[in-house]
Amino acid sequence: MTSLTKRSKVVSNKKMTFWEKIYLPAIVGGMWITFGHLFKKKITIRYPEVKREFSDIYRGKHVLKRDDEGRERCTACGLCAVACPAEAITMIAAERKPGEEKLYREEKYASTYEINMLRCIFCGFCEEACPKEAIFLTREIVKAGYERDKFIYGKDVLVEPVDPAKRIDITRRQTPEVLEFKKDKNQRHNVH
Amino acid sequence: MLLYKTILASAILIMSLVVAMYSTLIERKMAGFFQDRLGPDRAGPWGLLQPLADGIKLFFKEEFMPNTADKFLYILGPSLTMFIACLISAVIPWGPDIVINGQTFSLQMADVNIGILYVFAIVSIGVYGIMIGGWASNNKYALLGAIRASSQMISYELAMSLSIIAIVMMTGSLSMRDIVNQQQGLNWNIWYQPLAFLIFLVCAFAETNRSPFDLPECETELVGGYHTEYSSMKLGFYLFSEYINMFISGAVMATLFLGGYHFPFIDKLGLSPNAFAFVSFLVLFAKITFFGFIFMWIRWTLPRFRYDQLMRLGWKALIPLAILNILITGVVILLNQ
Repeated sequence: MTSLTKRSKVVSNKKMTFWEKIYLPAIVGGMWITFGHLFKKKITIRYPEVKREFSDIYRGKHVLKRDDEGRERCTACGLCAVACPAEAITMIAAERKPGEEKLYREEKYASTYEINMLRCIFCGFCEEACPKEAIFLTREIVKAGYERDKFIYGKDVLVEPVDPAKRIDITRRQTPEVLEFKKDKNQRHNVH
Repeated sequence: MLLYKTILASAILIMSLVVAMYSTLIERKMAGFFQDRLGPDRAGPWGLLQPLADGIKLFFKEEFMPNTADKFLYILGPSLTMFIACLISAVIPWGPDIVINGQTFSLQMADVNIGILYVFAIVSIGVYGIMIGGWASNNKYALLGAIRASSQMISYELAMSLSIIAIVMMTGSLSMRDIVNQQQGLNWNIWYQPLAFLIFLVCAFAETNRSPFDLPECETELVGGYHTEYSSMKLGFYLFSEYINMFISGAVMATLFLGGYHFPFIDKLGLSPNAFAFVSFLVLFAKITFFGFIFMWIRWTLPRFRYDQLMRLGWKALIPLAILNILITGVVILLNQ
């Protein structure tokens, strides 16, 4: 009979020999194996002191970027919310009043912008959809909490600080390849 | 003399409790190391305060008693188990005599001339704690666990006692102190009675309900076995007495087979009697620790036996072997006369 895989094994019900029946050699063999494990390298990572290394393109908590002059880039176009498969993003758009030119880059901005971190699956589609390079996923972890409402992150948490020293670095996500991809008009979502 | 005995008794009791307390930590640490983990290391340096944290947790847990339980027996179960576990240490010689102000004192609580019989008597009472606990809980899993425990302990007690008869035939005495004193230096019983030692070791695992003979508690099929319905410190007593039993059975095995507190050359160091007693005690303690290690090592190596395998091993393998061992010992003794 031909087997479907090369890994199949023929099982036999042959009688055990005396050596196998007394069971002790097997026990000693097993104990020898476990004894070896005593001296193996431990795989435990002592979490708060030591942190596991993240992948280069780790997708964590979102950030809403400001431009070089400290103005919010987001124009509340809603493409991220459309792209979001988990429907985690909601926003309300507002018109920029005269005198607010220092705060918002364009005439329209998001007066509220909320991401429900319990719904978010950190796929990064919002980042891909964003035509204004406004939203990015960072290497920061979304912290655990006791209450569900605390997981709806608003602009107070998401928008990065104005202070240039405290800006959040997203160069790992916004590589030249990514920028090139965003200019590619063959990709349907890049056509505006 | 009464004062001395009181002090000794409390010292032994406290020692057993502290050792049992820290065995829980060592067990978890060992489990971790055997599985390439680190084990508990959060409470205090290297997790040294973990047993304290566990104890405090057990004390503050809700004290739950099932409605249908037999109240008196339900409380009696764990208390009895704990009490019995502490009793056996009375006949174990912890070291040679010490001298205080010219008076000699024995490091053994009671040198009864039927020491071994006493040990077996107490061990067989030990099964009542589990039986009563399982029965009083009024729960099918607890009852199943208790039934398994009692049949297992009764079966293995037989082989255990039979294996010791060979030792008794060799020494011609039932007193623990006599048995120890005949094993000076490296003249240990294990060299003369390896088979008896093996049988005794296996039975000790079964008697203390340690893996691979932990069918009475059997988490995977019986929820928790006889202590399913127990919580708080009553559960703590059950778990704790297992570790005391482990310690004491280690002490019994060291005494009967590994020469107790004897070790080659420590009597030739020219130490004062008290220092000698102390060193001897440390030797005994090291041997007990060795057995503790074996207990844990086996636990994290072997899977649990099936019930029919357990019974077959006890009745069809260990008891005939023990009887054969007695026969061989008898023949050798006769030939040497």
